[in-house]
Amino acid sequence: MKKLWNNKDTRRNLFTYALVIIAFVVVQIMLGGGMLGYAAKGFLVPVCVYISLAVSLNLLVGVCGELSLGHAGFMGIGAFSGIVMSVVLQNLIPNDVLRLIASMIFGGILAGAFGFLIGIPALRLRGDYLAIVTLAFGEILKNVFSNLYVGTDANGVQFSFSASGVSLAEGGKMILDGPVGATGITKLATFPMGFVLILFTLFVVLNLINSKEGRAIKAIRDNRIAAESVGINVTAFRMKAFVVSAFLAGMAGALFGLNYSSLTASKFNFNTSINILVFVVLGGMGNIMGSVISATVLYILPEALRELEDYRMILYAVVLIVVMLCTWSPKIKGAIAAWKASITEKLSLNKKKGVGNNG
Amino acid sequence: MKKLLAMVLTVVMAVSVFAGCQPAANNAADANTLKIGMTGPLTGGAAVYGTAVEAGMKIAVAEINAAAEKNGGLKIEFKSQDDEHDNEKATNAYNALKDWGMQIFAGAVTTGPCLAIAPSTVSDNMFMMTPSGSSDKIALTGNNIFQMCFTDPNQGSSAAQLVFDKKLGEKIGVIYDNSDDYSKGLLNGFKTKATELGMTIVEETSFTADNKSDLSTQVNQCKDAGCDFIFLPIYATEASQILTYANKIGYAPKFFGCDGMDGVLTIDGFDAKLAEGLMLMTPFNPDAAESKAFVDQYKAMMNDTVPNQFAADGYDVIYSIYNACVALSINGETPADEVCAKLVDYFKTYKFDGLTGSGMTWDANGMISKIPAAVVIADGKYQAL
Repeated sequence: MKKLWNNKDTRRNLFTYALVIIAFVVVQIMLGGGMLGYAAKGFLVPVCVYISLAVSLNLLVGVCGELSLGHAGFMGIGAFSGIVMSVVLQNLIPNDVLRLIASMIFGGILAGAFGFLIGIPALRLRGDYLAIVTLAFGEILKNVFSNLYVGTDANGVQFSFSASGVSLAEGGKMILDGPVGATGITKLATFPMGFVLILFTLFVVLNLINSKEGRAIKAIRDNRIAAESVGINVTAFRMKAFVVSAFLAGMAGALFGLNYSSLTASKFNFNTSINILVFVVLGGMGNIMGSVISATVLYILPEALRELEDYRMILYAVVLIVVMLCTWSPKIKGAIAAWKASITEKLSLNKKKGVGNNG
Repeated sequence: MKKLLAMVLTVVMAVSVFAGCQPAANNAADANTLKIGMTGPLTGGAAVYGTAVEAGMKIAVAEINAAAEKNGGLKIEFKSQDDEHDNEKATNAYNALKDWGMQIFAGAVTTGPCLAIAPSTVSDNMFMMTPSGSSDKIALTGNNIFQMCFTDPNQGSSAAQLVFDKKLGEKIGVIYDNSDDYSKGLLNGFKTKATELGMTIVEETSFTADNKSDLSTQVNQCKDAGCDFIFLPIYATEASQILTYANKIGYAPKFFGCDGMDGVLTIDGFDAKLAEGLMLMTPFNPDAAESKAFVDQYKAMMNDTVPNQFAADGYDVIYSIYNACVALSINGETPADEVCAKLVDYFKTYKFDGLTGSGMTWDANGMISKIPAAVVIADGKYQAL
């Protein structure tokens, strides 16, 4: 146990889990005490979703070092397939929680499968080129969603790319209706499920990072040629990170889709991908706990600033710039480090004198 | 230990951010002020509609509050929230309004956010009246939801009827936005009615939100098909491109738009002369005598912009709700669900006269019935067709 504790990575991971669990407990207590307004209650599930998305993208961008601008596309696959699945399973699995889990897993698997298919051509590219391909892929998916018609009736599920292609029997239901998107969705998503999703995402990503595979992935990121020369199969490991990331994004997407009563394809556009990327970059590339915190704060910030009306847009941008400067500018970083050092020095001096006992 | 401290601080910070969104303590109800909330795209690509509705509503609120004494002193407290034309943001905006203590919801402006919020209003028992959300699915979501504008299929079908009655064209072409629900709804209504009346649509061509920067191909397709009448169930910005290009290649069929075409005369960088002869269906005519007071106030408020039908719809929504509340003696202390039950009942037999029509009534679904009016642009002004 002591040995575990002394490992810096393990300690950091435990802190990440603890942070999420404490936050969950605190929010649950606040919910029980009726301390949250309608707006705050409305944030709970999307915050969980964006945390999972940020963590899964961090695996790709931070750990694997591949810039992906199509994360919203995977989220969209998960969302729409999750919605379709939840309707199809309505009679088979009457239990809401089980149906939600089944839909999320289905959404994840489908997104993972698409991740694999797209990874085959896309992962031959690197850096900027990969970013462009994933961006294009996200846009293609968005257009596919907005032309996809899915309906279900007694005979089963029907797919089509034109409105007339789906002819439903009496009592049938349109699930996805082209540009209208999905409407009349039964909201299955709950905050505890969002919490479980975060824990699952953290579990998968943190374990992957600290495994043999994770070290190989990091080796590829740091020096591809050196990694190849020691016999690491570069494509296979990059693919692994890509598919896992897509799978987790798909699960988060399914939860997202089932949290709203209607969903349109335009939600999964370039802006959403960039938003998630902003969470990752601000939280720190490769820093999982940072992603969790930045996704939470940056999602709630513009909503909490609603009172400021249009000025909130400016303030949000200012916050982004300030955070970037504080975390990445060497000058400010140096100043913070010097300040920290002086404080520790004072504290240790105090300790020696036997005045302070905090540390 | 430092890590632990950092973590605790983070949790405190996250919680305080949440706490910032708590319902304000000072939202206590006041008997003399009715709280009406609205969401709409006040920023972003669809902001032109949201800000128009917001301004129309604000004018109505100011008028009502100035003359409140006549109606037993009942005033309106109005609050608008930005939804950025995004379903997720719309849900958040609606929740923020509920925290504020909203009694009646006068939104949303665009169809997507309307559909996102509508089921919540049903479960909250919140009276909802959208000024401009035109999909027929909105009103069908629940019986607490009403619309001030026509539904898309209804409007499309009355457009077809009008074209038939006035013999506007033989060979009909259609250019529509395939990625837009509004456009497709109109098209379906138009096509159904046109087929019924035996009209021939010779060319049907489309674009999407992503490739609408150049619409010359679509215009050429219609020209090649020899269309003498083109139905444009699209918004004014795209239509202005079509008109400009058609003029450039010397192609002059009759163009016919729906209410989204309203505002075509005020588009930046568009020569309004090219819109001469354009026909459109709009319930609101800013050049009519009875609109003058409203138009003047709107111009004073919005840098001389002429109000479009969105603004007029917003104005009518506030007045229709307020008049009903006065008649039902609903006040600021009536809880939202009671307001909803009373208003829903009242609107079944309600007859309202406003800027966008007189003698408006609502059917059991909450869809409006008013006389569809069409205008033709002549000398830069709307004239009844």
